[in-house]
Amino acid sequence: MTVLDAPPLDHSPQVVSADVDDFAVPTGREEEWRFAPTEELRRFMDHDPDAGTITCATGGHVTVVPIVDAPATDWLPTDRPSAVSRAGTSSAVLVRIGDDEIVEEPIVVELRGSAALNYGYVDVTIGRHARATVVLVHDAGVDVSGSIVTHVGDGANLTMLSIIDGPPQAVHLWQWHARISRDASFVGSVVTIGGRIVRILPSVSYAGPGGSAELLGAFLADAGQYLEHRIFIDHDQPHCSSNVIYKGALSGADSHTVWIGDVLVRRAAVGIDTYEMNRNLLLDDGPRADSVPNLELETGDIVSAGHASATGKFDDEQLFYLQARGIPERIARQLVVRGFFADILARIPSAEWRALVLGRIGQRLGMDLDAHEDDVDAEVAS
Amino acid sequence: MSTLVIDDLHASVSTDAGPREILRGVTLTVESGSTHAVMGPNGSGKSTLAYVIAGHPKYVVTRGSITLDGEDVLAMAVDERARAGLFLAMQYPVEVPGVSVSNFLRTSATAVRGEAPKLRLWIKELKEAMSALQMDPTFAERNVNEGFSGGEKKRHEILQLSLLKPKIAILDETDSGLDVDALRVVSEGFNAFREETGAGTLLITHYTRILRYISPDFVHVFFDGRIVESGGPELAAVLEAEGYERFITAAAS
Repeated sequence: MTVLDAPPLDHSPQVVSADVDDFAVPTGREEEWRFAPTEELRRFMDHDPDAGTITCATGGHVTVVPIVDAPATDWLPTDRPSAVSRAGTSSAVLVRIGDDEIVEEPIVVELRGSAALNYGYVDVTIGRHARATVVLVHDAGVDVSGSIVTHVGDGANLTMLSIIDGPPQAVHLWQWHARISRDASFVGSVVTIGGRIVRILPSVSYAGPGGSAELLGAFLADAGQYLEHRIFIDHDQPHCSSNVIYKGALSGADSHTVWIGDVLVRRAAVGIDTYEMNRNLLLDDGPRADSVPNLELETGDIVSAGHASATGKFDDEQLFYLQARGIPERIARQLVVRGFFADILARIPSAEWRALVLGRIGQRLGMDLDAHEDDVDAEVAS
Repeated sequence: MSTLVIDDLHASVSTDAGPREILRGVTLTVESGSTHAVMGPNGSGKSTLAYVIAGHPKYVVTRGSITLDGEDVLAMAVDERARAGLFLAMQYPVEVPGVSVSNFLRTSATAVRGEAPKLRLWIKELKEAMSALQMDPTFAERNVNEGFSGGEKKRHEILQLSLLKPKIAILDETDSGLDVDALRVVSEGFNAFREETGAGTLLITHYTRILRYISPDFVHVFFDGRIVESGGPELAAVLEAEGYERFITAAAS
């Protein structure tokens, strides 16, 4: 267990431990729990003997092993539910891409729970100079508390997409840590559409200089959904970069999203480049969006650092402009929403997944969002 | 042959201090084939006239009427007005992030024409229209008005005009912020459109400069929310030489 003696000066996790007892049960007054409906998450705070475990179909690069056989990692839980889950899970989903291996087709991992409440552990490790795309499709029907640890080897290139889709009924609590080695690049995209209560904590650390991380998120909250994405980027190596873009569209009564972007640039992290941005589009008067970027610099010897956050309604001037060109209001709104998510969608690996995500966004918003426009653009420009 | 009739138009904008009347009785008829220049000092309400015709929700019409070929324009939604044949080239075109010019133009053309243009023909049509305005083909891939220079924004407006072929075009200070070269390209684009379609035009401008490139049939001086004097192209020469002072003084007395 590591506990800071001095009062916390930064937003790095205050407790990092595998031991559940090192974490107090959150009351909702703690900084990192202040938005979450903690009383509804009580059952994730202590071991549940009836809990199931997250598994998936195996084959190719994917195996499921007993948790005791999972390889060691220097990642440790940073909150109580993940410590409970890490201690309680019985199996581990392993995705392995060997050194120098180039995998062209996305590796799709459909995670499945075995009970109403499940613990999960997923380890995605890609070897040096390898390249792959891994898509994690979460089980919409069951509650889960779990961890994803990601190791990106020297010079490797890993693109990941994590999708929580389906009806908004389950609870999904995930810590997702990516450790990025020298000159490696990692893209971690999150698409959160389903889930009644979702709390995802993506974090990034660097194991050597020259690493790059891009964290992207698209989320849609409808009536009664609570979706939290709490990001922590720990820059402690020189000449690395991080780029965070999260965009949400909210509608319906009592829908609530939380985006926290904590970026810590430690003294050793000279020459880094970091940017984080969150935009939220309020589609009606019901929702609430909290958006808190935090950037802490312990060195000024960097390339650049910036953050931006904005939450707003549909821009009436945009709608007027489009309508003044004969475009009916319904289609004008579709264009604006599609445009809003465009920079996230453009980075989603494979046209097939892009179309699926766009289709789901459209379905949720009652819109027909055509995924094939980009092809036409390219043809005009050629 | 189309006719836009504006009769005794009064319009207000709501402010913290209550509604403020900006248009105070505008009467003007624009027919196909004719170009009306509306000139006036800053704050005279001439741009408001353009936005009220297009249907901007910020303004409330309190009296008077606008008809296009006898149809009540004020009863139409913004997009219906565009489909009926009205087009407003805006002074400050709006950025629409993530929406490509190509997608925007095709969606717009589909709406105005009532059917989606055939893809092959459309691509050819778009490329030719862009080339006529000296626009690089990669322009089509950029997001609508995002990061456009002043000249690019205005070319994009005229590009839309040439593709949508309205019955009545309203150009709101299309010349503002353009250097001479860009003004020439934009004006030539407009003149080609006017030649081809025989559309009627309401050209709103602060300066007489654009009238060297786009010749008007009528010139109207706009002040304090209404037209205070009308004449032929010679009126523009008077304004060029003497400014608005005389008309302002006359209207105030």
